[in-house]
Amino acid sequence: MQALQQKLWRDLLAMKGQILAIAAVIGAGVMVLFLAVTTLDMLERAQQRFYQQAHFGDVFVDLTRAPEHLIPHLQRLPGVQQVQSSVRAPVRLEVAGFEAPIRGLMLSLPEQGLPRLNQLVLLHGHFPAEANEVAITEPFANAHQLQPGDTITAVIQGRLQRLQVSAIVLSPEFIYQLGPADLLPDYQRFGVLWMPRQALAHAFQMDGAFNHLSVSLQRGANPMPVLDALDLVLAPYGSRGSYLRAEQASHRFLTEELEQLSVMAWVLPLLFLGVAAFLLNVLIGRLVRNQLQQIAVLKAFGYSHSALLLHYLQLACVIVVLGVITGIGLGLWAATGLAELYAAYFHFPEMELRVQLRHLALALLVALLAAMVGVFSVLQQVARLQPAAAMRPAVPPQFHQGLAEQLLLRPWLGQLNRIIVRNLLRYPGRSLLSVLGIALSSALLLVGSFQFHALHALLDIQYRHILQMDTQLMLTEASPERVLAEIRAEPGVLAAEAFRMVPVRLHHQRTSYRTVLQGLEARPQLRQLLDQELTPIELPAEGLVLTRYLADYLGLKPGDSVQAELMEGANRLVELPLAAVVDEPVGVSGYMERRALNRLLQEGPAISGVWLLTDPLKRTELQQRLQQRPKIAGISQMADIEQQLRNYIADTLLGMMAILLLMAGSITFAVIYNNARIALAERSRELATLRVLGFERYQVGWVLAGEVLLLTLLAIPLGWLLGTGFAWSLQQALTMDLFRLPFVLEPASFALAALGVLVATVLSLSLMLRRFQQLDMISALKTE
Amino acid sequence: MSVTTERKEPVFSAHQITRHYQMGDVLIQALRGVDLELYRGEFVVLLGASGSGKSTLLNILGGLDTASCGELRYGNTVLSQADDKALTRYRREQVGFVFQFYNLIPSLTALENVALVTDISSNPMSPHEALAMVDLTERSGHFPSQLSGGEQQRVAIARAIAKKPRVLLCDEPTGALDSKTGSKVMAVLHQINQQLGTTTLVITHNEAIAAMADRVIRLKDGQIVDIQHNPAPKSASELSW
Repeated sequence: MQALQQKLWRDLLAMKGQILAIAAVIGAGVMVLFLAVTTLDMLERAQQRFYQQAHFGDVFVDLTRAPEHLIPHLQRLPGVQQVQSSVRAPVRLEVAGFEAPIRGLMLSLPEQGLPRLNQLVLLHGHFPAEANEVAITEPFANAHQLQPGDTITAVIQGRLQRLQVSAIVLSPEFIYQLGPADLLPDYQRFGVLWMPRQALAHAFQMDGAFNHLSVSLQRGANPMPVLDALDLVLAPYGSRGSYLRAEQASHRFLTEELEQLSVMAWVLPLLFLGVAAFLLNVLIGRLVRNQLQQIAVLKAFGYSHSALLLHYLQLACVIVVLGVITGIGLGLWAATGLAELYAAYFHFPEMELRVQLRHLALALLVALLAAMVGVFSVLQQVARLQPAAAMRPAVPPQFHQGLAEQLLLRPWLGQLNRIIVRNLLRYPGRSLLSVLGIALSSALLLVGSFQFHALHALLDIQYRHILQMDTQLMLTEASPERVLAEIRAEPGVLAAEAFRMVPVRLHHQRTSYRTVLQGLEARPQLRQLLDQELTPIELPAEGLVLTRYLADYLGLKPGDSVQAELMEGANRLVELPLAAVVDEPVGVSGYMERRALNRLLQEGPAISGVWLLTDPLKRTELQQRLQQRPKIAGISQMADIEQQLRNYIADTLLGMMAILLLMAGSITFAVIYNNARIALAERSRELATLRVLGFERYQVGWVLAGEVLLLTLLAIPLGWLLGTGFAWSLQQALTMDLFRLPFVLEPASFALAALGVLVATVLSLSLMLRRFQQLDMISALKTE
Repeated sequence: MSVTTERKEPVFSAHQITRHYQMGDVLIQALRGVDLELYRGEFVVLLGASGSGKSTLLNILGGLDTASCGELRYGNTVLSQADDKALTRYRREQVGFVFQFYNLIPSLTALENVALVTDISSNPMSPHEALAMVDLTERSGHFPSQLSGGEQQRVAIARAIAKKPRVLLCDEPTGALDSKTGSKVMAVLHQINQQLGTTTLVITHNEAIAAMADRVIRLKDGQIVDIQHNPAPKSASELSW
């Protein structure tokens, strides 16, 4: 076997360019696979561990105020394992050296011992013991460089209070720490704090009472009866309806992220390894065709089928192993980067990237499997070969004048172009797969570019068309309309518009959805409701308007009637007609005319917040004055939020785009380079003949380049088509509660998709033409 | 050794042509000082054993290769100093090649293989005419894979003569053919030489073919060892293989 091993290495060395190109494609597939599974594993382990360690609740309830003496009763409900009551309240925070308003959520900690559920992990300091001590989350502490011993100021129920940071903590409820109505975490402008229960309860008149409940379930218990029982008991206390972990904000974001990762774990690797399988088939197929005589001689000498099969299999395996090693290396590198990115958004006490043997095995196995699929037919050919048959010289390749060629080949085309077209038509399968491979990379480029443009289009719709205010004020509680008049009178306010906001649960048939119902002016000026053509619509005097996504989710058409469970005030169940749907890319809400909503709530003309258009020159002073008003719970600047979103896109998406570009380039390059190299090898005699007959170098080069160029040109429209399909699927897949990407494809995206593969084509052609320059006419003609 | 014939002007005149190759560590002397003149309309057979240098000489005459030393003139052109571009133009306009293994383009039909050459030459005959001269009009739409060896070689000859070259260079044109087919191919070559007055140089192992030639040149170890004039060349049909 020694000699056969030698042949293996020599063959590998002779094909090193093509081998590296294929290994790169395998590497790209393995990289994504490895990246996705490792990151998925890292996040899942971190999540499970944190949830277990901190006793994260299974069911949660927000309510207005319930007496603490209900707890033993709730504890005894069938299926309930543990309950933990708490007090939570919105506060306003001030940190020395930070001018902008900070919204805070203050939670209670039991006076003694640890909470039974949702325990905190202490990173630094000690848990608050005094009335003026608080624990804060790590990201908030980092954003403001706070350490145990530092002080911050909180406005609690309108009273300024100095608090000392005693602990830096992490909480399973705030792995993804998102402020109310925010789209992205903003650690500077939203903080979560814990203080001893009595002090907090006292400030909010909640002595002996609670307004939040966490419940854990007994192992195997059916959650639905527990939810029903909790709702029944807590309804009189202003319960906003119990909900499962799946609806808990932090958990939901984490779950969505994990789902996206698992989609990524199989879709992209599948595409790449498919292309790699095809390339291996072509490469090893050609090798075997060229070596038929060698194979026959070896068989004649007495080498067994299996020894020869193993020989060619080893060849494929070397390529696979090269690809897998590269892929794992790159995957590990990318995973480290991704882990850092995740650490900025998801906060676990420990998040450890671990290379698991089973992931390595998985990557190798999947790549080997793809290779086996690729070389199966070739190996069959080797096994079937009769020694005597292979000794005979090969017959000239068969050509026929088929229908396709009658359609394509016009007399004016010239003989050289005829050669190009006939060669492509001779192996239609190979040509088609090549076109498909190139189209695939073009499609990947298109998708990358689509994502980028679609996200910016989404932000444009949201911030240029829908949200016309520059500032949003949230009030601490529903307030009379005169607050609006007072705010409007502030210098620097150009326009002000009030809104009412109520948590609601909508039911239709068997589906239900928790969201907020917003009461707006009939013709809102600072916050538009838009139809599909982005033209503003007017709110009807009665009836409900829903985001299209939500209406579709609930299976509602305009004219249908929907049940709304209002989670504030008298907690009434009302029947509302769906008057219209609006097309909004961000969030999921219901809208009503504000006074109609007030009537439903059986209240006067109350408001929950105010939108402002302000004079940029007076904005800072205005903000400072507004911050002094005890009624105002939070102030958000739209421009800040938009900037954050755009930064987030730049952080995450541009990196992803670069990877896509690299991967698309690697496929195009591998497909084209392989094609061109094979064309050069199979037809060196033909090309030499053309040179001998008196064709110039560039004319003969065209026979090679034209074929490759034609494949690319055919692939581009197909790539556009595939890419549009991919983009549409991606848009569908990314249609979720948080946001819906608009389906906009810019000409620039199509241009990028075409240009990307053209550049890769020209690059691989220039490499290949260098080889063509060295073609030796005489020796090419000598061989039979 | 030099040869002169008074009645015709030389098409080629070679003076002290040498050619050596470096093959790894070995220096191969393929031609060692060849002097030769070929005349208009001559039918010359070049005989020699394998490695005698006959293919190298043919390649140099055909502009596929250049001499290491010495001077080669084609008419008034000094081929031994021509660059790649000039040699390409020379091959395109002046020379027709016929090879042992035909070297047809497998993806082109017989007619298209001929048209390949007529498309780029300045005053060619029509591809149909060329195929008619080799008696293949009826096979013009066939691909090489659909033709017999003799037919493929006749297509190759049609392709070589269609440009009306002044020189036809044939490297073992019957080497891959049986005797009957080979004889037919030689008859075609002879006929073309007669009809068009093309200077024809044929390389062969086959001594029998020499009887057709106006002159027979023998090569051994890169040198011309013998030149025979044949006052009464036979026709291909008279040859015995």
